[in-house]
Amino acid sequence: MMTRESLLNWAMIAALLIVPLAAWSLDEPFIITLATKAAILALAGVGLNIALGLGGLISLGHAAFFGIGGYAMGILAAHAQNYEPLFNWPFLFEGSNQMPLIWLVAVVLSALAALVIGALSLRTSGVYFIMITLAFGQMLYYFAISWSAYGGEDGLSIWVRNEFPGLNTLDPIQFFAIAYVILCLALFFAARLAASPFGLALAAARQNEDRVEAVGLTPFKLRLAAFVISGAITGLAGALFADLNRFVSPTMLSWHTSGEIMIFVILGGVGRLYGPVAGAALYILLEHLLGGISDYWQIFLGVLLLLIVLFARGGLIGAIAGREKAHG
Amino acid sequence: MAEVVLRTENLCKSFGALKASSDVSLDLRAGEIHALIGPNGAGKSTLIKQIAGNFRPDSGRVELLGRDVTALDTVARARMGLGRTFQISALAMEYTVLQNAVLGALGGQGRVFRFFRNVMKDPALLAVARDALERVGLADAADRRTADLSHGQRRQLEVAVALTLKPKLFLMDEPMAGLGADGSHRLTGFLDGLRQEAPILLVEHDMDAVFALADRISVLVYGQIIATGTAAEIRANAEVRRAYLGEEDAA
Repeated sequence: MMTRESLLNWAMIAALLIVPLAAWSLDEPFIITLATKAAILALAGVGLNIALGLGGLISLGHAAFFGIGGYAMGILAAHAQNYEPLFNWPFLFEGSNQMPLIWLVAVVLSALAALVIGALSLRTSGVYFIMITLAFGQMLYYFAISWSAYGGEDGLSIWVRNEFPGLNTLDPIQFFAIAYVILCLALFFAARLAASPFGLALAAARQNEDRVEAVGLTPFKLRLAAFVISGAITGLAGALFADLNRFVSPTMLSWHTSGEIMIFVILGGVGRLYGPVAGAALYILLEHLLGGISDYWQIFLGVLLLLIVLFARGGLIGAIAGREKAHG
Repeated sequence: MAEVVLRTENLCKSFGALKASSDVSLDLRAGEIHALIGPNGAGKSTLIKQIAGNFRPDSGRVELLGRDVTALDTVARARMGLGRTFQISALAMEYTVLQNAVLGALGGQGRVFRFFRNVMKDPALLAVARDALERVGLADAADRRTADLSHGQRRQLEVAVALTLKPKLFLMDEPMAGLGADGSHRLTGFLDGLRQEAPILLVEHDMDAVFALADRISVLVYGQIIATGTAAEIRANAEVRRAYLGEEDAA
């Protein structure tokens, strides 16, 4: 039986496919690019939602993983385009413009960063956790600004979008297809995760830590694993985002970015599997529509966020589909 | 004499000038219910937390199944077979009753780092969970949200989750609290049979239940155990009457 929420989820994921297809047939590449951006930002939100929604970990440092993914792409591609080896030992490596390899590096590096940041910050909780994740994010931000080898404050530009075997990534609709498929895979993975033994224990640790300990499970380990998975997915989104813009800069690492990713999740509905899709799509839509009216469009976004936090805790999805039914 | 499952030796714990536990030594033997009673503020909760692993004692030691566990945390002690129920229900309130029981079964089984299988379709875990719910009389409520349960049902679920762990001993902190005469009577009957499975250290305010159930009773007053004995011995103990039971009669 389809619940209202799963109907809504299917409708959203279908709309995210239909809109760019329609734009493609009408030859409106700009709309396709907007949809691609929405899919990539939704992916970043899906990552954060595993930590935030499932694990209850309010990370204000996810820009770190988003940015690491972005820089992984930027650095690999910059070396490849300039024919400068990234390193000579233990083997010669000249960077890469192949997306699969770039994604792998982005995922591994952001997972490692999440492991280190998580291992340190998960020893705290509540407002201290928020502050420590924020501090780690800002450390990386200032590091990137001062890292002149890779553009410092100006960032890194890539002339040609990276390649994917068998596809022409310069064609907007083909690049959209890549982002869309990855988003769908991530949603599928997140759904399985939420229903898995690990997901059950992780979400229980958010609800009642004493209970989880009393049945012999360690909340810290559960949360660290969730933080690593979460960071890895957000890192992958960062690599795609940089490829979309063919540009990476310290902005991707700044706390504004962390806040934006969190806004996608909250707009859509914290802990709702498809919340980030709804949130990112709405964000892009507002940016596009209201941004045309005023440079200060985020004032309206702020008002909307305020309304959602005050009156619709389940976000957009909660407002439409009602209270979440218990898992399983 | 039956095997000692849990032993505390000279536990001392102070909070500033307050001695919450001073030289507390007690044991729990296979097959028995050992009740711990004492007026409010006697240090029962502090003692429980030292046994469960939340607090480290200032001095003294805790032995579980013949092993010194003083340095181990709550998780390690739970894994060794300490099944605990909380004074204030500690349950995942957003979950269904069945999910809470499956969580317990999962903890008992220990294989939590599995990311793909649907946990609510795992026959082994479901069997353990449903069996525990059946035993406490919650089978019919399996699909209800835990937050929607009555207070009494939550107490039952606490016991059910502890059962899913198949523990070697139970540590129950006021399982009867707020149950009402009927529920309390039913739980008393249940605990009576449970001691054969695993011994119970029972902290309880309900004196009827304590005197009906306990093989031995220890009385804790101002952080000290002033008497340990059978129900009859405790009733007859002048010091206990003065320090504790007498107060209640007067009240």
